Amino acid sequence: MTALELLTWARGTGLSLALAICAFGILLRLFEIFSLGRKADLSPPRDASPGSGWRTIVSRSLPPPGLFKRSPVTYIGGYVFHIGFAITLFFFVPHIELVRGLTGLSWPGLPMQVVDISAVAAILALFAVLASRLMNPVKRFLSGFQDYLAWLLTLLPLLTGYLAFHHVVADYTLMLALHVLSVELLLVALPFTKLFHTVSVFVSRWYNGDIFGRKGVAS
Amino acid sequence: MAIDGPTIAEVLRQQGISRRGFLKFCATTASLMALPPSMVPAIAAALQHARRPSVIWLSFQECTGCTESLTRSHSPSIEGLILEQISLDYHHTLQAASGTAAEAAREAAMRENAGKYLLVVDGSIPLGNAGFSTIAGISNLDMLKETAAGAAAVIAVGTCAAYGGIPAAQPNPTGAVPVSAIIKDKPVLNVPGCPPIPVVITGVLAHFLTFGSLPELDALGRPKAFYGESIHDRCYRRPFYDQGKFAETFDDEGARKGWCLFKLGCKGPVTYNACATTKWNQGVSFPIQSGHGCIGCSEPGFWDAGPFYKALSMPIGPAKAAIGAAAVAGLAAGAAVALRNRSAKKSAQAAHQKVTIDDLEKSK
Repeated sequence: MTALELLTWARGTGLSLALAICAFGILLRLFEIFSLGRKADLSPPRDASPGSGWRTIVSRSLPPPGLFKRSPVTYIGGYVFHIGFAITLFFFVPHIELVRGLTGLSWPGLPMQVVDISAVAAILALFAVLASRLMNPVKRFLSGFQDYLAWLLTLLPLLTGYLAFHHVVADYTLMLALHVLSVELLLVALPFTKLFHTVSVFVSRWYNGDIFGRKGVAS
Repeated sequence: MAIDGPTIAEVLRQQGISRRGFLKFCATTASLMALPPSMVPAIAAALQHARRPSVIWLSFQECTGCTESLTRSHSPSIEGLILEQISLDYHHTLQAASGTAAEAAREAAMRENAGKYLLVVDGSIPLGNAGFSTIAGISNLDMLKETAAGAAAVIAVGTCAAYGGIPAAQPNPTGAVPVSAIIKDKPVLNVPGCPPIPVVITGVLAHFLTFGSLPELDALGRPKAFYGESIHDRCYRRPFYDQGKFAETFDDEGARKGWCLFKLGCKGPVTYNACATTKWNQGVSFPIQSGHGCIGCSEPGFWDAGPFYKALSMPIGPAKAAIGAAAVAGLAAGAAVALRNRSAKKSAQAAHQKVTIDDLEKSK
C-alpha cells in the first residue's frame, strides 16, 4: 500500500467509519444522559434566580479569582491549549473545506502562519499540562489510564498535522494520511472517554448552574 | 550498450545543433539531475563519444500519449532528436517498418546488443487474458519477459507502465499490472506521469550514458532528481496558499488573480513531479499555471484517489450517509439503553424495602 492509497482510504472508508462511530456514540450518550432524568424537586427554589444556568456557562468559562496563583500551569495551559486548538481546528482552510464537504457550511480561514503559531502553542501547552500532571502529586494520584489516553489522542492530530504542514519526518502524503488517521482515532474515542466533554461541557455547566441556583448557591 | 554508427555528437551536428547548444543541453541536464556543475564536462564527453545506445521501446496497454508527449512536445529539440533519431531500434508507433519486418528489427536489436540495450516500456501489462493486448500475435506479457531478459535496464515510461495507471484503475478489467510487478531481476526505473515530462527521459538516458548506471531512485522507483519535491512545494502559487487566498471557482476573482487552486481540488501537495520547475513546452507553462489544479497523474493509483475537483481535505467516502445511518442507530440504541435504565430504576423501586430502626435493632 502506497502513502497515497493509505490517504485515499483514510479520506474515504476510514473517515466515513470514524464519523459514523462518533455520531452513533454521541447520540447514544446524549440520549442516555437526558433520559436518565432526576427526581422531582419538591422543595421550592431557595432563591429566585432565573438564568442561573446560562450565566454559569459564561462564568465557568472565565478564570475564577485566585486560580492563577494556585495553579498557573492549569490556568494558562488550559486556555492556551483550548484556544490554540480551536483556531487550528476551525480556521485552517483545509479544515473548513472538510466541513464544507460534509455540511455545505463555510467561513473565512486565517493565514497559515497564524494557524501554525496556534498549533505550536497548543502542542506546547499540552506538554506543559502533562508535565504538571506528572509532577503534581495530587494530579498524578487523580489521573488514570484514560486521562493519559485522552491526552495522547489529542496530541497526535496536532503533532501529525504540524509535521505534515512542515514536511518533517515523513513525506507530506504519508504524514497527511497519518494525520487523518489520528483524527479518526480521536473521533472514535471521543464519545466514550472524557473527551465527550467536547459535546457535554455546556450542558453540564448549565445544569450545575441551574441546580445551584435553585439551592441558593451562587455559581 | 553501444553499437556501430555515428556518435551522438555527430548525429546532433548533422541535425544542425551547435556545440554551444549541445553544451547547454549538457548543463541543463546536469542541473536538472541535481548534479554538480563539475559534472557537465563529464556528461558532454560521455555523450559526445557515446555510440548510439540501442533502445527498444515496447508499447502495451497505453494511449500513445507518452510517445506523443516525448516526441512532439516541441521540435526540433535535442531531447526530441535523442529520442527520435538516435536511440530507437524498435518503436512500433514511430518506426516505418511494420509486421514481420518490425519484429525482425526488435529481435535483431536484442541479439546484437544482448545485455546492453535499454528497454523502454509504456503502457501496463494485462494478466487477465493474453488476448486483451497483443503485438504481432505475441502477448504483452511474453514480449516483455522475452525483451527484458537481455536488457541492461528497464525504464517504465508513463504512469501505466510505472504503476498500472488508468488500465489498472478499479475495477481493472484486464488485470493490468505495472512493469515492476513482472520484471524482478533487472533494474526498473519508473518515469511516471500522464504523460511524463520529456526531459526526464533524456536526463535518465544522459545519466545512463555518462555513468553507466541509473540515477538515484526514491521508494517508488522514480529518479529523485525529478520526483524529489512536490508540485505544491515548488508551485509559484504557493504564497497564496500560505496567505489563505484561494480561488473558489474557475472563473471568480481569485481565479483571475491566480490564487491557489487547493479548494478546486489541486493535488499538488501529494504529487511528486517536476512540472512546477521544468514545466512543459520548453518551459512555457504547466497545468496550474494555465488555471487548472494538478490531478496527481504521476502518483500510483491517482485515478482512484478521489475526485479531481474535491479539495484534498474533503471526505471522499459515503460520509454523509454513514453519519445519517449512525445517528439513527445511535438514537435507537440510546432509546434502548434509556428503556433498560428506566426498568432498572422501576425494579429497584419495587424491590425497595424500608428499613426502620427497629429492623436494625432486631438484626443485631
